[in-house]
Amino acid sequence: MAERTVENHGHGEHPSYLQHHFDTAEQQFTSGKLGMWLFLATEVLLFAGLFCAYAVYRGSHPEIFIYAHHFLDKNLGALNTVILLSSSLTMAWAVRAAQLDQRKLSAALLALTLLGGCGFLSVKYVEYSHKIRDGLLWGTKYAPTHGAHGATAPGHEAAGQAAHQAPAPVVDPHAAEAQAAVAATRPGAIGPDGVPVPRTFAPDPVVQSQAAALDLPASLSVEPSLIKIAPAGPEGVVQPETIKDSLIRDPAAAPKNVHIFFGIYYLMTGLHGIHVVLGMGAIAWVLRKTVRGEFGSAYYTPVDLVGLYWHLVDLIWIFLFPLLYLIH
Amino acid sequence: MASHASHDHASGHVVPLWLLFAVLGVLLALTWMTVAATWFDLGKLNIYVAMVIAGVKATLVALYFMHLRWDRPFNGLVLLVSLILLVLFLGFAMRDGKAYDPSRIPGYAPGIQRAP
Repeated sequence: MAERTVENHGHGEHPSYLQHHFDTAEQQFTSGKLGMWLFLATEVLLFAGLFCAYAVYRGSHPEIFIYAHHFLDKNLGALNTVILLSSSLTMAWAVRAAQLDQRKLSAALLALTLLGGCGFLSVKYVEYSHKIRDGLLWGTKYAPTHGAHGATAPGHEAAGQAAHQAPAPVVDPHAAEAQAAVAATRPGAIGPDGVPVPRTFAPDPVVQSQAAALDLPASLSVEPSLIKIAPAGPEGVVQPETIKDSLIRDPAAAPKNVHIFFGIYYLMTGLHGIHVVLGMGAIAWVLRKTVRGEFGSAYYTPVDLVGLYWHLVDLIWIFLFPLLYLIH
Repeated sequence: MASHASHDHASGHVVPLWLLFAVLGVLLALTWMTVAATWFDLGKLNIYVAMVIAGVKATLVALYFMHLRWDRPFNGLVLLVSLILLVLFLGFAMRDGKAYDPSRIPGYAPGIQRAP
């Protein structure tokens, strides 16, 4: 070992990419890889803190998570999953191209991966800006503006959706329960057993003031005929969207401390988003070096290591997507 | 130099292209599955179904996109150790969250605390 070091100490003995403190290119490659994996392990543990916060709060307050996830757009979340998975493929392919000396292909694939990162962040921007507009923020900043989408009465919105969706809307049991519990406290609504309570004609001041705020007659506050309970049993197909807006825009239906969900949501997706940005920076750096022709079959370690980082970002999103968007 | 070159090729496994695309196909199918699973009310099982699907997806990414299948086993061990620590952390924290009698420690365990 010592003999070799002395022997190899002269410059020009080794390729330019091989650092002095490594004996061989392979040793350098495997050391770099091990270092990257150790870093990725610390990344897993960094996110572990947030996953822990999520698990503990969801364990003690499932109702917050069930309520609040209706605010998240499942389709946008799924779209971002597809974008990240595809960009992982282009990244893995870019590494392969670098290994096979296909420099132009590797550069193109890295650029495509970068584009995937841009796409992900764009979708994230749309999601965040919707939430900021609706006041769905963390902690004391949580101040939802009800009726932000079109400012119609809850009953109206459900009616519009019901008309679009034939056959009769089947309703999320959780949502229906919450709605029924809220509605039961008002005159003219349905009782907890789902049977309409005869409407009393004395106007409820609360309902009146709410309706006044929405510029609608008080009688529109709840439309009992629109609430249909899903068939019981595991066969019942659940479509939360049919009641989503009417539930969400009803301030009384919200459980306490919904801001906790959004605190966790912003921390998890925000930290992940920062990782996407950093990953894109690393990919841009590797792309530049690829275009300059610094990588090939003999030396492609940076491409490989940046790829590992990008796949980890993908890996974390694989868990964030069902945990935040697909709560049941 | 010659020995360097031969080592270089030995250290990095080149993944066949069809395999990369096959893995992506499976990952997208599993993504559809995890969305489709929310159409069914399985009670407490829903979260487990979602986590099992996510676990399979993560395993595929780690094995094929991250080369762990052909990599030195020690790198996989590093990831595995971090996951074991994660499970320990989450497991103890979650058990702890349910371990208090709310009437004895006011203000604790808010999830099972009753309204005053």
